[in-house]
Amino acid sequence: MTGQTGRAFALAVFLLGPASADDIPANQRLSGYDMMGAEAQAMQRDDFANPAMLAVKEGEGLWKAAPAEGRPSCQSCHGDAAATMKGVAARYPAREASTGRVLDLPGRVQACQTERQGVAPVARDSTGLLALEAYLALQSRGLPLASPRARGLEDAASRGEALYRQRFGQLDLSCAQCHSQNWGRSLGGTRIPQAHPTGYPLFRMEWQAIGSLQRRLRNCMTGIRAEPFPAGAPEWIDLEIYLKERAAGMAMDAPAVRP
Amino acid sequence: MATAMILLPRSAIRAGDVVMVKAMISHPMETGFRRTETGGEIPRNIIRQFSCRYAGEIVFSCDFHPAIAANPFLSFPVLAARTAPLEFVWRGDNGFLHREQAMLQVAAS
Repeated sequence: MTGQTGRAFALAVFLLGPASADDIPANQRLSGYDMMGAEAQAMQRDDFANPAMLAVKEGEGLWKAAPAEGRPSCQSCHGDAAATMKGVAARYPAREASTGRVLDLPGRVQACQTERQGVAPVARDSTGLLALEAYLALQSRGLPLASPRARGLEDAASRGEALYRQRFGQLDLSCAQCHSQNWGRSLGGTRIPQAHPTGYPLFRMEWQAIGSLQRRLRNCMTGIRAEPFPAGAPEWIDLEIYLKERAAGMAMDAPAVRP
Repeated sequence: MATAMILLPRSAIRAGDVVMVKAMISHPMETGFRRTETGGEIPRNIIRQFSCRYAGEIVFSCDFHPAIAANPFLSFPVLAARTAPLEFVWRGDNGFLHREQAMLQVAAS
């Protein structure tokens, strides 16, 4: 590597690096895929063995079907998802320009359902919404997660970082204590991952089902005996934005498989 | 409503070839042994039986039991004879029934 490219590389690493100096250096970041066993990796790599692809297939059907008689389908506005939805999941949560509200991907789908399609929104963590999320996430597979700070979500990212470092629950643990300071060590027979949300929604073998990032976060909170935030609370979105800032530049591998 | 995926080899198949057929279906495979947070029983909800017919004749079938994981994935060999439909049927608790069909294309040799 010449001196100039070396400096450029160091600058790129610096720019892509995590927001806080005491967090994992950019060149040591590992996704959940990197940290899981070879069998689970093989299951994810084979689109036919990956059970999340069943949700993708269902989501493709929902994308193309009218939600009710005479109502537009997703496809009738957005066209072919493989073209128009490429990279969309990698830059959510996002601020809606017209209203200023910040929506995560399921929130965006629900807003489309109420405002554009004129139907009752499907519930968070329901099979139908997870299927649509999985279909959308697939269109961003292999693309890098975009930095939320770079698209005007600094405030939300800062609130999310405060939550990430906040101690919660009877066990009085913060996210950072496990996922930044003790990643790679054992917790109840599993390795603690670095908490990079590259693969959601994903099929978790422990759940025997496909699930959302919020479900994962709820599990973590009950794990440290804290009361999870209510469903759809803004704290979840702030936390997701910070996690995506922390993982910015990492390739998406959704819809993933995890143990 | 369940979703199923069928995978047949993409390469050309000749009569006499043994082909691996793969079939996966979305299903919770609830064992019936679990309980809710308040102690109530979660009723069993599993697939009980699967069969695959090739040109109308059963070439593979099996029974399922509660210890089988969600979204059962099956892989089995079929002796290709001629171009004919493969018909897949899953039957389970609560009247569960799902059918899929795939055409096994056999090249003239």
